[in-house]
Amino acid sequence: MAEHRIKVIIAKPGLDGHDRGAKVVARALVEAGMEVVYLGLQQTPETIVRAAVEEDADVVGLSILSGAHLMHFRRVRELMEERGLGDRLLTGGGIIPTKDQDKLKTIGIERVFGPGDDLREIIEYIQAWHRSHAR
Amino acid sequence: MRQFSGMGTPEQTNLRYKFLLAKGQTGLSVAFDNPTLYGRDSDHPLSRGEVGKTGVAVDSMDDMERLFRDIPLADVSTSMTINAPASWIFAMFLANAEKRGIPFAKLRGTLQNDILKEYIAQKEWIFPPEPHLRLITDLMIFCRDHVPQWNTISISGYHIREAGSTAAQELAFTLADGFCYVEHALKAGMDIDEFAPRLSFFFNSHLDFFEEIAKMRAARRIWARHMKDRYKAKSPRSWLCRFHVQTAGCSLTAQQPEINVVRTALEALAGVLGGCQSLHTNSMDEALALPSEKAVEIALRTQQIIAYESGVANVIDPLGGSYYIERLTRDLEEEAERYFKRIDELGGVVRAVEQGFFQREITRSAYEYQMALSRRRKISVGVNEFVNADERLEIPVLEIDESIERDQTRRLHEVKERRDNQAVRTRLEALARAAGGGENLTPHLLEAARVYATLGEISEALSGVFGEYREQPFY
Repeated sequence: MAEHRIKVIIAKPGLDGHDRGAKVVARALVEAGMEVVYLGLQQTPETIVRAAVEEDADVVGLSILSGAHLMHFRRVRELMEERGLGDRLLTGGGIIPTKDQDKLKTIGIERVFGPGDDLREIIEYIQAWHRSHAR
Repeated sequence: MRQFSGMGTPEQTNLRYKFLLAKGQTGLSVAFDNPTLYGRDSDHPLSRGEVGKTGVAVDSMDDMERLFRDIPLADVSTSMTINAPASWIFAMFLANAEKRGIPFAKLRGTLQNDILKEYIAQKEWIFPPEPHLRLITDLMIFCRDHVPQWNTISISGYHIREAGSTAAQELAFTLADGFCYVEHALKAGMDIDEFAPRLSFFFNSHLDFFEEIAKMRAARRIWARHMKDRYKAKSPRSWLCRFHVQTAGCSLTAQQPEINVVRTALEALAGVLGGCQSLHTNSMDEALALPSEKAVEIALRTQQIIAYESGVANVIDPLGGSYYIERLTRDLEEEAERYFKRIDELGGVVRAVEQGFFQREITRSAYEYQMALSRRRKISVGVNEFVNADERLEIPVLEIDESIERDQTRRLHEVKERRDNQAVRTRLEALARAAGGGENLTPHLLEAARVYATLGEISEALSGVFGEYREQPFY
C-alpha cells in the first residue's frame, strides 16, 4: 500500500458548546491531508470510542474546555484499551492545567494542546507519531 | 458596569455578588453552569463532573432563594445569561421575588433568551427552533403585561464572534436573528411598538479598534432603518438599538496574561466610543481559568477609569463625521445587507440554521483567522511575535472541588422530599397539556416554579411534547 492516510476522530465530550477549536483543528488536519471524522458536541466516551472502532481511526482527539478533562480522557483511554485500540494515539486540547497534563502523561497521553499553540505543531505532532507507529 | 459572574454553589455566588456590589458595581450578571444551561438537573447522568464548574447551578426556586439572599432585587438590575431554559429559570426568579414580596413591576433586568444564536454558535438548545421561538414570544407577551421593565431578550452577537466570525458576520447574523424574533412576535399578534423597545442587543468588542466602533454604529443605523421602514414601527423608542458590550474573550492570550489588561482597555474604549449602554470587561486571566478576585477588580477598575477619568463617556458618537469611521460604517452596512439577502434566499434564519449556513461561514472565518496567526500575517503579541522565550505556561488548576456536586445534588433531593409532590405532578401535567395546545406557557411555568418543580422536570415535561433537537456536525 502506498501512503496511508491518517484517520482522525475529533470529538467534544461534555456539555459545553465551545467548538471553535475543534472545528478549526479539524479543518487544518484535512488541509494537511488527513481524513477527519468530526463527531460534534455532547459526545460521551462510549460514543467516541465506538466511532473510533467503526472508523478504525489512527488518532482520537478530544476538545475539552469545561474542566472535566481528567474524567473524559481516562474513560476514553480505558475504553480504547478494552476495544483493542490501545496502540492508537489519544490527544486533544483545551484549557488543561499544567498539573493535570502531568497526570495525563501517566495514563499514556503524552501531549495535549492549549491556547496559543500553533496549528502546525498539532499537525506535526500527529504526523511524527504516525511515522513512528506505522501499521 | 456589570461584570458577569457565577461559580460553585448559589451561596458562593451570592457572596461574590455582595462583594461586587460593595465595590460599586451597579448591576448583577448571572453565569450558570453547563447542566443548567441545558435545562438539566445537577443529578442528571450527563451533568457529572460539570456541576458548578463554569457558573452557578440552579435546580429549583430553592437555589434562586439562596442565590439572591439579602440582595435588593428591586434596586439592582439583574442580567441572566441563560437561553434554552430561560423561561423557566425566569419563572423561578419571579416566584422567588413574589415570595419576598417584591412586585413584578419593580423588577429590572435582562434575560439573554436568544436561542437562534445557540443554533448558530453557542450550541446550547433543548428543542427544535420553532417551540423555542414560541416560548420566547410567550414570555415577551407575559412581560409586556406583568414585568414591564424587563428586557425579555438580548440578541447576541457576542458568541457568534467568539465562535470565530468576522465583525461583518457578527453584525449581520445578529441583526438577522433580531428580525426573526420581530417577525415571530408580530405573527403572535403583538404590536411592534409594544415589544420593540424592550429588545436589546449584545455585541463583542474585539481588537480592531475602528472596525468595532463602525460595527456598533452600523448596527444602530440598520436596526433603525428596518424597524421604521420594514416593520413600520412608529415610536422612536422602537428604532433604538440598545446594546451591551463585552470585550472579546477570544482575543485574550494565555501567554503574558498581564498584557490582557491593555487589550481589554482598548476593546472597552471601542465599546464606549461605539455607544454601548453597558459594558463587561474581561479579566486578564480568563484565557486560563475563571477569573481571580484580583483580576476581576482590575477589570472593573478599567471601566471606572474610562467612565470617570477619561471623559470619553461625556459625549455621544464622538467619531461621527470622521471620514474613516463613516466609510467603515457604510462598508459594514452594505456587507450586512448582502448577508440579509442571502439568508432570505435560503428561506430565513431557521432554514439557514438547518442547512448549516451560519455554522460553515463562521468556521471558515475562524480557520482563516487561525491560519493568519499561524503564518504570521496577523500579530498576536506574546504568542507569535514578541514572545518571552523563557516563559513557561503555567495553567492553574480550577479550584472547584467535587463536593459542590455532592452538596448540590443533596440539596436537590432534600427539596424533592420537602415539597408537595402531588402539586408538582399536577402543575407539570398542566404544563404539558398547554404545550400541546396554543396558550401562553409562561403562567404555567410560573405555577410549576412556585411549587419547586425542578429545572430538569420542566424540561422533560416540555420535551415530551416538543421533542429534542440534534445538529448535524458541520465544519
